[in-house]
Amino acid sequence: MNAAAASGAAASGGAEPSDPASTLAVSHLDVAYRVRGQDRLALRDVSFTIARGETYGLVGESGSGKSTAALALVRYLPRNGRVSAGTITISGQDPLSMGKAALRDLRARTVSMVYQEPGRALNPSIRVGRQIAEVYELAGQDRAAARAASEEMLRKVQISDPRGVMDRYPHELSGGMAQRVVIAMALAASPSLLILDEPTTALDATVEAEVLDLLPPLREEFRTSVLFISHNLAVIAKMCDRVGVLYAGELVEEGPARAVFDQPRHPYTVGLLRCIPRRGQRKDRDRLDTIPGFLPAPGEEPAGCVFAPRCALATDRCRAEAPPAYPVGPGRASRCFYHEAAPDMPRSTPASLPAAPAAPATDTEPLVGIEELSKTFTARGSSVRALHSVSLSLRRGETLGLVGESGSGKTTLARVLLGLTAPDEGSVVTLDGARLSPDARRRPRDVLRALQIVFQNPDSALNRRHTVRSLISRPLSRLAGLSGARLRARLEELITSVRLEDRHLPLRPGQLSGGLKQRVAIARAFGGGPRVVVCDEPTSALDVSVQAAILNLLADLQAREQASYLFISHDLGLVRYLSDRIVVLYLGRVMEVGPAGAVFSAPHHPYTEALLSAVPSIDGQRTQRIKLEGEIPSAASPPSGCVFHTRCPRRLPSGICESTEPELLEGEPGHLIRCHIPLAELRGLQTGETVSLQGESP
Amino acid sequence: MSDSEGGAQVTAAPAAPAATVAVARGTRGGALPRWRLLVRRPTFIVGAVILLFWIVCAMFGHLIAPDNPLAQNLLSPNTGPSGAHWLGTDQLGRDVLSRILAGARDILLITLLATLLGTVLGTVLGLAMGYFGGAFDLVTGRIVEAVLALPAVIIAFLFVVALGPSTVTLVVLIGLIFTPLIARTVRAAVLAERHMDYLSAARLLGERPAYIMFREVLPNVMPAILVEFTVRLGYAVFTVATLSFLGFGVQPPTPDWGADIAANYGVLPAGYWWETLFPALAIASLVTAIILVTDSIEQVLSS
Repeated sequence: MNAAAASGAAASGGAEPSDPASTLAVSHLDVAYRVRGQDRLALRDVSFTIARGETYGLVGESGSGKSTAALALVRYLPRNGRVSAGTITISGQDPLSMGKAALRDLRARTVSMVYQEPGRALNPSIRVGRQIAEVYELAGQDRAAARAASEEMLRKVQISDPRGVMDRYPHELSGGMAQRVVIAMALAASPSLLILDEPTTALDATVEAEVLDLLPPLREEFRTSVLFISHNLAVIAKMCDRVGVLYAGELVEEGPARAVFDQPRHPYTVGLLRCIPRRGQRKDRDRLDTIPGFLPAPGEEPAGCVFAPRCALATDRCRAEAPPAYPVGPGRASRCFYHEAAPDMPRSTPASLPAAPAAPATDTEPLVGIEELSKTFTARGSSVRALHSVSLSLRRGETLGLVGESGSGKTTLARVLLGLTAPDEGSVVTLDGARLSPDARRRPRDVLRALQIVFQNPDSALNRRHTVRSLISRPLSRLAGLSGARLRARLEELITSVRLEDRHLPLRPGQLSGGLKQRVAIARAFGGGPRVVVCDEPTSALDVSVQAAILNLLADLQAREQASYLFISHDLGLVRYLSDRIVVLYLGRVMEVGPAGAVFSAPHHPYTEALLSAVPSIDGQRTQRIKLEGEIPSAASPPSGCVFHTRCPRRLPSGICESTEPELLEGEPGHLIRCHIPLAELRGLQTGETVSLQGESP
Repeated sequence: MSDSEGGAQVTAAPAAPAATVAVARGTRGGALPRWRLLVRRPTFIVGAVILLFWIVCAMFGHLIAPDNPLAQNLLSPNTGPSGAHWLGTDQLGRDVLSRILAGARDILLITLLATLLGTVLGTVLGLAMGYFGGAFDLVTGRIVEAVLALPAVIIAFLFVVALGPSTVTLVVLIGLIFTPLIARTVRAAVLAERHMDYLSAARLLGERPAYIMFREVLPNVMPAILVEFTVRLGYAVFTVATLSFLGFGVQPPTPDWGADIAANYGVLPAGYWWETLFPALAIASLVTAIILVTDSIEQVLSS
């Protein structure tokens, strides 16, 4: 076992901690947090190295210890955390034995960090230029030189107007711009190690793609090693040379990124990859695989393999004995006794459908109709038009996917439909052809029953002072009019169908995991027997393994209850999996609407094309990315003509895009596009492009 | 790939999973641990012990007191602390200790009832202001600010003069004075909840405003109300003592700390310090105890 373990360690990069070629060497690192007088291990025996100029990805779900690892490297652990064993070497230095001055120097010159929220990394009261220049001044440059260097650095992170940006305060920058500034600051010190902790998680897909594109050339130029931490497997696959998969504080698999994602050799990695909807998977064909169970509770010390309780391959040996890191290929290691069987591990969830899928009704009469819907928010004299003459319909049993970047009006549309936000005069929302009151408080009970929602964030959507029982019972008594034994019977039925258990009923939301909370929210939405359920990013607050189970649940419930979904998500993969038809919103306008297959494959609107190409793919197919220029314009002052023209790569030279707003025209039956370029021409321009998410696979 | 490290990777089972009390997912954040956290704080213990002492005095002060607090002994006025009278006697020869012990009753009773009244009224008003917002909030908010601009003691003074001093008057008066203060705090707490999706969810279930305010929002702002209640309790002690001192509170000869200070501070220059100091210390100890308890509750709730 020791021999195997040792070669496993050797496999991790082929460099000893003292090897001068490696920028970072972490060896047998244990990190513990002291909670209520007891040490809880957050990282257990983690070893990895990063060679000079290499990008190493740490991937894992929440609670896996990714961020703890990043904090431990530069000794930024919170007061109750400490490195309890192991060594860290950064460019030959040992941060664990450093005094305060040396540590400051290390953080100033050798290691830089970029976090998820750029807004928090910048001082809100100091101009951007000053903040970057400070880094150079600390390195000994005079003021003028530092300012010039800052400007140059901003140019390198592709900021087109560096002088203008330098004179601004951080709050005047968009999220993407601010993150560029933070990256510029991080690189200003020419660090030998750059730690990126979820650097693009808070950004929109197109902006994320721009920021990610920025990194490889900068890494080359500065000869920087990068530790890239993310929960997003596709982003890691795109960015990293090598990857380590963290689970419950242990590095369970490691190797070259391509090899790990193409041929995972640990059941956890295999499970994670199977949880993500892949091309060709559709709710009416198959269910996603899931990883059952939960992360071990903090402080729990399993005797055997940390993943055994959730593993489809686990045997008694796994539960009794911790597996060493087996070498499973060039530069690869997997902490699993059955690493050979892992790729063909049996599914945890059957792929087959539990119920025969009911095809969405094709009757012409729409269930929900939205006509000429506009919504203008006014604040302090200025008005923002969040939605602009949106018309669409939702049929019985159908899922309508709503995609678009932040600020496109997705959530406003959902709130107007539900009666939580009043639209502008002249907007019409109908149910079964009957016009609805714009205010939910004035809607009759059967309308309230018909329209329900699953919110994005269950922590906000569930009253934390109520028990699961009262949360789920309330719609049964209020909307379904049940009481007594009939209510209890229906409650039982409902919790079974969302796969909760009786023991969850007396608990409060704070005592449940994220996935369980979202199940409670789903049960509440379905309690009254809704006909339309708005799903507003229902899985974006959840981990990948939990997300798959929730998606399966939504698909099953739809098949059984014949509910229609308005499914809002920024994750095009999820939208593709669940949706029958898709609406693409941009600055409150419908840019494209049509059957899912048609929208996701060419010809489509140039914006849709760009959105699709911005999504990194785990399959590693690096498709030609459509670059979008500039930032998302503000809805307060939308561009003239076609609102997309400021960023459109296919803008017509005639100038019509700048002057005239195109009509939403039906090019193919049921497929409408708002673009001046005729459909035939779009087909010609976009032909042959296999967009990574294209659905109808062979 | 060839060079390997000297030490083997120690992956063996963790040396001693020393009965890790894996806090079950079920009990995290429950009521019990919070109480335990509270009891562990020394400041809380000290505050609670003092407070408990005065509560016992309030309930059984007349029984504990070594002497009858009303019994005058004109033969031995202004005697200093001694074995017979631990805290001395006042101008009328009454036992200071007995008067302090018995005097706890009225001040505690008025304080508690007044604060309770103010908290209940303030909570209702604050909930309504925060929940309805808009014009209602604007108008009520201005009125609240106008009331807050007047010194509490001046208002109390005016009303007591008009209505005549009685325990009920004091309770109602202080309760009403506290109402806008508490309403403002509750309103702020409600505003923090207003954008939570559970309120939208409740509206989609067709819940009435009263249900949403009292069943959905109220439990979530309860911690803020609890803290506000204890803070106000401290202020109420001062207000009651001040009014008594000014002669608008508990009337003589009923033992009362504020009234006793007022009755005896005239002889302070003559060196009879105990008659003033000990009731003053009683007020101070009560306020301090309340503040200690308040701080502990606040810290535990916010942790």
